[in-house]
Amino acid sequence: MAKNTLSSRFRKLDIDEFDENKFVDDHDEAVDNQGPDATEIDNLIRIGDTMTAFQLALRNPPLNTKNPAIKERALAIVLRVLTSFKSSDIEPAVKSLDRSGVDLLMKYIYRGFEKPSDNSSAILLQWHEKAFAVGGLGSIVRVLTARKTV
Amino acid sequence: MSYHSFLLEPISCHSWNKDRTQIALCPNNHDVHIYKKDGTKWTKIHELKEHNGQVTGIDWAPESNRIVTCGTDRNAYVWSLKGEVWKPTLVILRINRAARCVSWSPKENKFAVGSGSRLISICYFEQENDWWVCKHIKKPIRSTVLSLDWHPNNVLLAAGSCDFKCRVFSAYIKEVEEKPGPTVWGSKMPFGEVLFESGPSGVSGGAGDGAGGGWVHGVCFSHSGNRLAWTSHDSTVAIAEGGKTSTISSLSSETLPLLCVSFITENSLVAAGHDCYPVLFVYDGTKGSVTFGGKLDVPKQTSQRGISARERFQNLDRRATSSETTEQGLESLHKNSISQISVLEGGKSKCSTFCTTGMDGGMVTWDVKSLESALKDLKIV
Repeated sequence: MAKNTLSSRFRKLDIDEFDENKFVDDHDEAVDNQGPDATEIDNLIRIGDTMTAFQLALRNPPLNTKNPAIKERALAIVLRVLTSFKSSDIEPAVKSLDRSGVDLLMKYIYRGFEKPSDNSSAILLQWHEKAFAVGGLGSIVRVLTARKTV
Repeated sequence: MSYHSFLLEPISCHSWNKDRTQIALCPNNHDVHIYKKDGTKWTKIHELKEHNGQVTGIDWAPESNRIVTCGTDRNAYVWSLKGEVWKPTLVILRINRAARCVSWSPKENKFAVGSGSRLISICYFEQENDWWVCKHIKKPIRSTVLSLDWHPNNVLLAAGSCDFKCRVFSAYIKEVEEKPGPTVWGSKMPFGEVLFESGPSGVSGGAGDGAGGGWVHGVCFSHSGNRLAWTSHDSTVAIAEGGKTSTISSLSSETLPLLCVSFITENSLVAAGHDCYPVLFVYDGTKGSVTFGGKLDVPKQTSQRGISARERFQNLDRRATSSETTEQGLESLHKNSISQISVLEGGKSKCSTFCTTGMDGGMVTWDVKSLESALKDLKIV
């Protein structure tokens, strides 16, 4: 009875697409960080030096590139380091980071949440708790608003 | 610290008159209400009905006693008091999206309106035609202008925008004023010139890496105009000093994003936002660093009452913890986000009282002296 019989196809049109002054995101492909070095980190994990592996993994994050393969590789390495930690070691590791390091760690944690594997969620939640204690809500807001994602 | 609840709806925007006896505010609808203070009571004396859309910005010029309002109906009105009644004059802004914020210049001969059409309208009164005329600042703004603040020299204007940048423009109108002298931000100031732009591709960040960023919600010049502070949606607050173009000091805070900011002395600023309490930040000019000064709110009254077994199980059911603290509500004065902060007395150089309004429909007047004494180790330099 109240059905609108006129065409509503116009509602699917994005009017801003036709605007010449449309905001186009300019992402410069500068300083291509290739992500952490896999072999070195593997060695460190094997000998049990998780702290150094952690420091190395968070260096050179691939923030600027648009290549998803590089990002996936970096994410896999970081997650491997994070899951190899013992619960008691998490807190000192987080304490050793500075403010931007905590923000970067939060970004990796949330990326890790996206694809949960067998036992990653539990350890990631512990990481999240410790990082939240240091970074607060601000670090989570920065994960949500960051334009350069890991 | 007095809390007054005006209404249940959010207060979209507010502005005080010169002697702070009257406040004009918008109760989240198309009108502006003016309340007069009678001792501790507030009575509504005027209702300004002209807008067809929500009123998003109000500014009351202290000297000339005119109110300018702007709204989502893409219009602005300048209201003058004729006898007992406020009479509006329409200002054609030539924008095709909503107006977001409005601000009188220090000399009150022009005002600026930020809008969703990605431009700022600078409006001035043309005597020959008896009409308000506007000029646009378009480049290089790429998105909605959320906040504006004038420099004390009446020419420079700071604008915070949704394209993640804070900029300083020149709004020099040769019809109403003379050429301004040089300032720390620059000496050549033709209309529309960008004298400063924050952000990754503009000026590189100092303390923070400046990457990413969020919408710039609030901007504020210091009293001298040499410093500019802005708050951003990625929970950061940043300060830039004019002249030293490569230093932007920013602080990534642990709180939710801050929506409004104001200098209260040359070195301290107060900001408030989604965390419902104002926060003090201290800027050290020699080191170029911003530090967190303290949370400005009433001190917590901890009531130590024992918790009954029934309450324990109820907490367990509702909140999964049987903790002692019954945080039924927020402990701050404001019960919802604070959207605007205004200095009441003392100006931006030695502020003694400031006022905040928020989405809970309440207004709180904060007294700086009593805050300093109530909350220890809070120092306002």
